[in-house]
Amino acid sequence: MLFLLFISSGLFLGWSLGSNDAANVFGTAVGSRMIKFRVAALIASVFVIIGAVVQGKGGAETLNSLGMVDALAGGFTISLSAAFTVFLMTKRGLPVSTSQAIVGAIIGWNLFTGRQPDYGVLTKIVSTWVSGPLLGMLFSALLYVLFKKTLSKVHIHVIRLDTYIRIGLVVAGAFGAYSLGANNIANVMGVFVHAAPDISLDFGLFVLDGTQVLFLLGGIAIALGIYTYSEKVMKTVGNGILSMSPEAAIIVVLAQAVVLFLFSSSNLSDFMIRIGIPPFPLVPVSSTQVVVGSVLGIGLVKGSREINSKSLGGIGLGWISTPLIAGVLCFFALFFVQNVFHLDIASTTAAEAGQKAIIESHTNTENIVNLIFPGIILVSSVIIVVFVWLLTRQKQLRLKAENELLQQQNQLYQTQRNLNSMEISSIQSAYELLNIKHESKRKEFIDMANNLTEQRMFLDEINLHLNETLTKDKLSEVHDNIRAIQNIIHQKLTFASEKTSFYAEVEKIHKDFKIKLETNYPDLSDHEKKLATLIRLNLSNKEIATLMGISPKSVEVSRYRLKRKLGLEKESSLIEFINQI
Amino acid sequence: MFTFRQANKSIELIDGFLDKIDQGILMFREGVGNYISGNMNSFQDNLKTLSMLEVEADILRRKVENILYTQSLMPQLRGDIMKLLEELDNIIDLAKKNLYQFDVEIPLIPIELHQDLLKLTDLAFRACESVMPASRAYFRDPASIKEKIHRVYLYEKEADKLADAIKRKVFHDMQNLKLSEKFHLRYFTLHIEHLSDAAEKAADLLSIMAIKRTI
Repeated sequence: MLFLLFISSGLFLGWSLGSNDAANVFGTAVGSRMIKFRVAALIASVFVIIGAVVQGKGGAETLNSLGMVDALAGGFTISLSAAFTVFLMTKRGLPVSTSQAIVGAIIGWNLFTGRQPDYGVLTKIVSTWVSGPLLGMLFSALLYVLFKKTLSKVHIHVIRLDTYIRIGLVVAGAFGAYSLGANNIANVMGVFVHAAPDISLDFGLFVLDGTQVLFLLGGIAIALGIYTYSEKVMKTVGNGILSMSPEAAIIVVLAQAVVLFLFSSSNLSDFMIRIGIPPFPLVPVSSTQVVVGSVLGIGLVKGSREINSKSLGGIGLGWISTPLIAGVLCFFALFFVQNVFHLDIASTTAAEAGQKAIIESHTNTENIVNLIFPGIILVSSVIIVVFVWLLTRQKQLRLKAENELLQQQNQLYQTQRNLNSMEISSIQSAYELLNIKHESKRKEFIDMANNLTEQRMFLDEINLHLNETLTKDKLSEVHDNIRAIQNIIHQKLTFASEKTSFYAEVEKIHKDFKIKLETNYPDLSDHEKKLATLIRLNLSNKEIATLMGISPKSVEVSRYRLKRKLGLEKESSLIEFINQI
Repeated sequence: MFTFRQANKSIELIDGFLDKIDQGILMFREGVGNYISGNMNSFQDNLKTLSMLEVEADILRRKVENILYTQSLMPQLRGDIMKLLEELDNIIDLAKKNLYQFDVEIPLIPIELHQDLLKLTDLAFRACESVMPASRAYFRDPASIKEKIHRVYLYEKEADKLADAIKRKVFHDMQNLKLSEKFHLRYFTLHIEHLSDAAEKAADLLSIMAIKRTI
C-alpha cells in the first residue's frame, strides 16, 4: 500500500502525459474529424500500454542512471514536482515536455542531496533534445517529398484517398502510440525502477517481471489521461503551429513515431552495435519537440510560409522554463518531505544503492504469480459480456426497427382512414346536394304544371265572364261584369300563391339561416325576417319591393329598421352582416 | 469507419452527376441550334431531354451530399466539393431555364443574327464544356486543373465580346426591328452569356480548390 502511495505521483505524471502527448499522435486526426475521439483514445491507450510494457526498459535505465534515485520518497517528490509542472503549464495553455520536467526534477534532487548527476547521461539526454526534433524534421521532410511525388503519380480519387488516409492515420497513430509508450514510460516510472515489486505475472503467453508490472501501471495511468483529458487538447492541437492537412498529419505522426522508436528500441540499438554503427541512445525524448520538428520539416519543404512563429517561440520558451520550474519545485518539495514528514529522500551512499539494485535484480524472479487461469477467466468473461451485449443490442435494434415499421404502418393506416372518411363525407355532401337539386327540379316541374293549370283556369274564368258580359243588355250590368273581370285580374297580379311557394323554396334552401336568425334575434317580425332573407339572396331594393308588394322607398325604411333591430352601427353594412350569419 | 463501399458509391454518383451536366450543356447547344433553324420538333425533344437531365443531376447531387455528410467523408473537403457540385448544377439549371424561355417567349430572331447567336451559343457551350475535365481532374489529379481551366476563361471572354457585338448590332444597325423586339433579343443574348459566366464562376472555385488540395 505504501508503495502504491509513493508511486501515485508517477501515476499522476502518467495521467498528465496521457492528457498532453496523446494529442501529438492523434491530435490532427481528431481535430480534423477524420477519426472519432473514442476510436483514437482506444487505439492510443492499447498501444501506449503495449509499448510501455514491451519496450520501455531501455529509456528507464538511462533516466535512472542520470541521478541514481534510490529512495521511494525521493522518486515520489521528483515525480510529483514534474507532474505539477506539467499540469501547471498545461493549464496555462503552454506546450510542455514531460521529459524535460522529469530531468529538471532529477537535477533538483541531485542538487538537494548533493550528489553529482551522471554528466555523460545528462549530455546524452540534452543532446536528444536537439537531435530528436532535428531527426523529426529530417524524416518528415523526406516523407513529405515521398508522399507528394507518389500522390502526383498515382491518381487516386479524392474520396478513396480519404479512406486510405483514415486507415493511414489509424496505423500511424497506433505506431506513434506504441513508440510514445515505449519511450516516455521512462519519464513516468523511471525513478521508481529501483523499487519495482519483486513479482512476476505469468499470463501463459508471456510473463511480466516487476519492472514491466510497474510500466503496466504507468501505461494504464497514461491511458486514463488520454480518456479523461486529452480530447480538448486533441481538438485544438492541429491548428496551433501549422494548419495541417490529414496527409501532412500522417507524415508528422509517422516521423514522430520513428524518432521515438529509434530512441527506445534496445533491439535496434543492439543490432546497430553488432554491425558497427554507433547506436541511438535509449533516452526518453520529448514527443512534443519531435512533433514541432516534424511540422517544421514540412514547413521548410513547403517554403515556411505557413509556420506560426509565435507558437514556435512559445514552445522554445517552454524548453527552458519547464526543466527550470521542475528543478526549483523539486528542490523545495524535497526540503518539505525531508524536514516536515521526516522521510528518507535518498539512501546513504551511491555504492549501497548500486549493490541494492544488483540484489533486487537477482531476487526479482523469485515470486512468480500464475495468471493463466485468472487470465482465461477474465478473457472468457469479457467475451461473454461482449457477446451478450451484442445480442441484446441486436435485439434492441431489431425491436426498434420493428416498432418504427409498426408506427409507420399505423400512421399509414390512420392517414388512409382519414382519407376514406373524408371521401365518404364528400360523397355524402355531393349526394345531399344532388338530392336538393333533384327536389328543387321536381318542385319546379310541379310548379310549372300548377302554373299552367292555374293560367288555364284563369283564362277560362275570364272567358266565361266575357261571354256572360256579351249576353247582357244593360250597360250597368256590363259595367258590373267588367269590374268583376278587373277584380279577378287584380287578384292575379298580387301573385299570392307564387309568392308563398317562392318563400317556401327560399326557406328550404337557406334553412340554417332562418334558424340562426330566429335564435339570435327572436324580436324580428315575419316581415323583417322575409326582408333579411331577400337581402341574403342579394336582391335589389326594386326586386324586393316587387316581391313584398311595397314601394322601393318602403323597402329602404324597412332596411333601416332591420339594421337597428340587429344592433348595427350606422356605417356597418347590412348585406355583409346578413351574409355572415 | 473505413467505408470503401460508400466511397465507391459516392465516386460513382459524382461521375454520374458530371456526365449529366456534360450531356445537359450539349442538349442546350442542340436546342438553341434547332430553334434558330426552325426545327421545332427537335427543339421540343432537346428541351424534354434537358429537363430530364437537370432533374437527374439534382437527385444525384442530393445523394452525394447525403453520403458525404452522413458518412463523415472528407470533413475538410466536403464543403468545397458540395459547392463545386452546386456551381455545376447551376450551369445545367441555367441551360434548362434558357431553353424554356425560348419555348415560352418564342423570340423573333432575324436571319441576320442567326450565325451570331449560333456562335455565341457555341462559345458558351465550349466554356461550360471546358469546366468538365477540370472538375473531373479535381478528384483525381488536382495538379492538372490549372492547365485545363484557362480555356474556360478564353471562351468566356470571347462570349462576352460577341454578346456585346450582337447587342450593338441589334440596337444600332437593325432599324426595322421594334424596340420591344430589340429588348427581347438583348435578353436572350444575356441569357446565353450568363451560361459562360456560370462556367467562369465554377472555374474560379476550382482554381482555389486545387490550391487547397496540395498537401
